Amino acid sequence: MSLLEKDLSELHNLLVSKEITSVDVTKATFDRIRETEEQVGSFITLDEEHAMELAKNIDAKGITTDNVLAGLPIGIKDNIVTNGLKTTAASRMLENFVPIYDATVMEKIYQADMIPVGKLNMDEFAMGGSTETSYFKKTKNPWNLEKVPGGSSGGSAAAVASGQVLMSLGSDTGGSIRQPASFTGIVGLKPTYGRVSRYGLIAFASSLDQIGPLTRTVRDNAYVLNAISGYDAKDGTSAGVSVPDFTAKLTGDIKGLKIGVPKEYLADGLQPEVKEAVLKAIETYKELGATVEEVSLPHSQYGVAVYYIIASSEASSNLSRFDGIRYGYRSENVTNLEDVYINSRSEGFGMEVKRRIMLGTFALSSGYYDAYFKKAGQVRTLIKQDFEKVFESYDLILGPAAPTTAYGIGEKLDNPLTMYLNDILTIPVNLAGNPGISIPCGFDQEGLPIGLQLIGKHFDEATIYQAADAFEQATTFHQERPNL
Amino acid sequence: MAINEEQVKHVAKLAKLSFKEEEISQFTEKLDQIIQMVETLEQVDTTGVPITTHVLDTVNAFREDQAEEGTDRDQLMKNVPTSQDGFIKVPAIMDNGEAGA
Repeated sequence: MSLLEKDLSELHNLLVSKEITSVDVTKATFDRIRETEEQVGSFITLDEEHAMELAKNIDAKGITTDNVLAGLPIGIKDNIVTNGLKTTAASRMLENFVPIYDATVMEKIYQADMIPVGKLNMDEFAMGGSTETSYFKKTKNPWNLEKVPGGSSGGSAAAVASGQVLMSLGSDTGGSIRQPASFTGIVGLKPTYGRVSRYGLIAFASSLDQIGPLTRTVRDNAYVLNAISGYDAKDGTSAGVSVPDFTAKLTGDIKGLKIGVPKEYLADGLQPEVKEAVLKAIETYKELGATVEEVSLPHSQYGVAVYYIIASSEASSNLSRFDGIRYGYRSENVTNLEDVYINSRSEGFGMEVKRRIMLGTFALSSGYYDAYFKKAGQVRTLIKQDFEKVFESYDLILGPAAPTTAYGIGEKLDNPLTMYLNDILTIPVNLAGNPGISIPCGFDQEGLPIGLQLIGKHFDEATIYQAADAFEQATTFHQERPNL
Repeated sequence: MAINEEQVKHVAKLAKLSFKEEEISQFTEKLDQIIQMVETLEQVDTTGVPITTHVLDTVNAFREDQAEEGTDRDQLMKNVPTSQDGFIKVPAIMDNGEAGA
């Protein structure tokens, strides 16, 4: 069995007992990347020399039992800034951008002696659900190379699903961790808003963005969240709440847990196999001793509309910083300063990014603010209250992560609306700020993975992990691997 | 409400983006579809409902007003496309090549 087939704890034990070294694991990682990258295309930039140097240093220092992550490779989404390593957000705008500082999550990764191996492909500025809007390349779904890996964290998901890395970081603004995790049959968690510092995450929609881990198992996911969580003075929206050990409740015991299933999440429009798999998962949870009952999130049907106003408005403001002056792409085709702004932005941004900037600028423009931005913010309050009401009586909310399995490359690119509607089950969770996970719960007739979504109370990722882990222990979906 | 090409051109100006004529008509059509979807929000009664712009109870994040070391200037200039004498160099503000006052 390949080294990379093992989970974090198994590799950690081998490292501690010195049966293998961090250099061995890191080498195996780059070998696997070389073997599969031409087919999958997860990475924009590899950082092999630096990674091997880190591994050597960690081996020299020695790996002890108190840090399960030490000496193990991780992939990083290319919208997380890395000091000295090109960070593009998959945009022509940042094609040659080399940051001069590390994001807070990167500092935490280095503190934990983990080894970043490179930067992962994504939709441009995280705007998209298929990783097709990347300026650089298309990433393929390892389960079927004709299908998208989901997005925007498609590179982060494909790298884990294809066994290139054990773990990766993604970001989730409307489903960008959970939907690709669902499409590629792995575990992806969006933490509670404020749980993980956004300092150094290239901003898309600041009131929605969160960084989170993608892994093959629930326990591995909890280990990574342990390492990256916590208050950060550099992020004014990071929360000053204590960080528990997210592995503490992984006992397999969920007797008495109360789970609500929103009837809106199992309504028309779901691919039949997705619905079947989720209904089976509900039976599994009942067998494990949980109480599962129908609940309602009546305003969730408005989530997509609210999201596209709020996320695009925030994006239009955040992306105004890209003016061609201080960093990023500058057009050569200019005669005056105004040209620098307009031509740099028009040539540097792709179509989907421009579409969102336009929508956001329109929603915030004079005369339309009340009808669009304010209205969306009010309906957001109602969506948030829906969740609060359900969580008065339930520990978790369960549903599908996406209405369908992975779709074909190019299938939805020309129709933004159908692409946007694919996020209908994940978006409300970002709008309300709650944590949510996608875990494997089945396969469709074509052999494509199906994801189960579990949503928790604010800052209660521990209970999500508890229930996700119990399901994983009771099923074998997470053990299936794509043929590459 | 349907959005028209004139409005799209106005918004493009605000956003400092330029589009070819055929792109304007494509944009108008796609934006119009999205805006129609967004207008389903009119069905929701939001009388007296406060607006949510932030999901946590945090009000303001203050820190002590203490001087800290800033970022090195040479470092900051590393990603600047063109510079001269430690300043960022940009084209003239006026069309005729003369610097503005």
